[in-house]
Amino acid sequence: MAVLRCRGLRKKFGGTVVLDQLDLTVAEHQVVALIGASGSGKSTLLRCVNLLDELDDGTIELDGEDISDPRVDPDRVRRRIGMVFQAYNLFPHLSVLENITLAPRRVHRRARAEAEAQARELLDRVGLGARADAYPDRLSGGQQQRVAIVRALANSPRLMLLDEVTSALDPELVGEVLAMIRDLKADGMTMVLATHEMGFAREVADEVCFLDAGRVVESGPPEQVLGEPTQARTRQFLRRIIEAGRL
Amino acid sequence: MTLLDHMPSEAQLRRAAYRRRQTVYSVLVAASSTAALGALLVVAVTGAPGWDRVRRSFLDPEIARDALPAVLSGLWLNVRLLVCCAAGALLLGLVIAVLRTLRGPIFFPVRALAAGYTYTFRGLPLIIVLYLLTLGVPGLRLQGMPPVLVLGGFALVLTYGGYLAEVFRAGIESVHPSQLAAARSLGLTYRQTMRHVVLPQAVRRVAPPLLNDVVALQKDVGLVSLAGPIDAVRAAQIATAQSFNYTPYVVAGVLFVLLAIPLIAVTDWVTLRSARRQSGG
Ligand SMILES: Nc1ncnc2c1ncn2[C@@H]1O[C@H](COP(=O)(O)OP(=O)(O)O)[C@@H](O)[C@H]1O
Ligand SMILES: [Mg+2]
Repeated sequence: MAVLRCRGLRKKFGGTVVLDQLDLTVAEHQVVALIGASGSGKSTLLRCVNLLDELDDGTIELDGEDISDPRVDPDRVRRRIGMVFQAYNLFPHLSVLENITLAPRRVHRRARAEAEAQARELLDRVGLGARADAYPDRLSGGQQQRVAIVRALANSPRLMLLDEVTSALDPELVGEVLAMIRDLKADGMTMVLATHEMGFAREVADEVCFLDAGRVVESGPPEQVLGEPTQARTRQFLRRIIEAGRL
Repeated sequence: MTLLDHMPSEAQLRRAAYRRRQTVYSVLVAASSTAALGALLVVAVTGAPGWDRVRRSFLDPEIARDALPAVLSGLWLNVRLLVCCAAGALLLGLVIAVLRTLRGPIFFPVRALAAGYTYTFRGLPLIIVLYLLTLGVPGLRLQGMPPVLVLGGFALVLTYGGYLAEVFRAGIESVHPSQLAAARSLGLTYRQTMRHVVLPQAVRRVAPPLLNDVVALQKDVGLVSLAGPIDAVRAAQIATAQSFNYTPYVVAGVLFVLLAIPLIAVTDWVTLRSARRQSGG
């Protein structure tokens, strides 16, 4: 059964349609990469899936449950979905450890010692064990983003949503974050990631979806969408990416 | 290479020597201009034709000594009122600010009441609130009426709570929406998000203006003496009326400044620290 199934999603901001009849299905252990120009609706799609933005039409199912039903408690849904943002969005007044243990302690009511032990283990695994007591402003961008990923993982999510998680990083810091996502895939995590890193999308994604003006224009295996696109708009987009030296 | 085995270049040595000379020069200039200005002031004031009379009626050491116990016991009232009213006003302000952020139709009356409160009490002069509470409320002759001092304290809390609520609200609104999105995406409820993510950041950011209002409150607590209780200024007034000499006012003024210094110093320190934090230092 699909972990995530979106059908006919529609979202308007004011007069502009940002998501338009959008369908997306993500199977368990699958990694789907969303590509598309800036403003094509990638972030809006991810925010709608996490119920941070309200849909104007369509349905979203998580493990078969209709989470777009207004009677569903959004807080309960979000506990099953991990989200990582382009700008990290760590809590600046909390240490790395406190950032990570906040949800386990307050949402899942775990004991402090237990939550901290779990957080330290996750940090050790990504080589950040020594920074557990540091505050976010003392970390590099790459370290902050890795902490943000660990923070989302501490909820043991069913699904991870990653919104251009390397776009704010200096080029030499991109690799460490991508390596972490690669490890997540190896562990079987189901993920939807918006990205401008075409090379990475080709390597890690099982499926690539090209969005344009809020619609999925083309989707399929990375070799096909990125290698032999059938749609003119996909080709045009990829040509611009190549010209910018990003492929 | 350590600092020790680094030999500074000729140019660096010359620059360092120049900077040292400049420092000595600046200190000398500051010291002499301060001394000159001080001397000028002393000469101008003590040389004024009315100086002797002013000194007798404002700076009489004997009268100061006699007035000190009464003024001090009045000041003790100021201190107790300040501590209680500052705590009460901070709490009330925080509650009102949070109530004003609640969304949804059920909370409309709560939001409207909270907004009405801040508009009313920021507009109403403190003296009028004081008179209404300390003179008007006892007039109701209800059972179990609190003493006038407590009613005066309520007036201060109500008035300052209105100001502090607006300061807290500015702090809450200064927390970027992406922080809320991050907290909600982790499954935290609205209340948990407020409690653990928004308010801690908001309070840190507005600590300097909050403390500044507490410094202002320190001067206003004395107004309860309009309703009877004797604070430091009222005690000085009584002493002045008995001795026909203004020295007790000077005593009270000096004590007020001494009392304010630690609070102001803390405010400056907090302001400096938060400025450093915001510039990423
Ligand atoms: N909160 C909002 N209010 C108004 N317009 C918005 C808002 N969020 C996004 N948009 C608009 O929706 C469109 C899609 O934005 P977004 O989903 O961020 O695209 P992407 O992530 O692909 O760059 C853009 O035109 C953007 O200006
Ligand atoms: Mg985006």
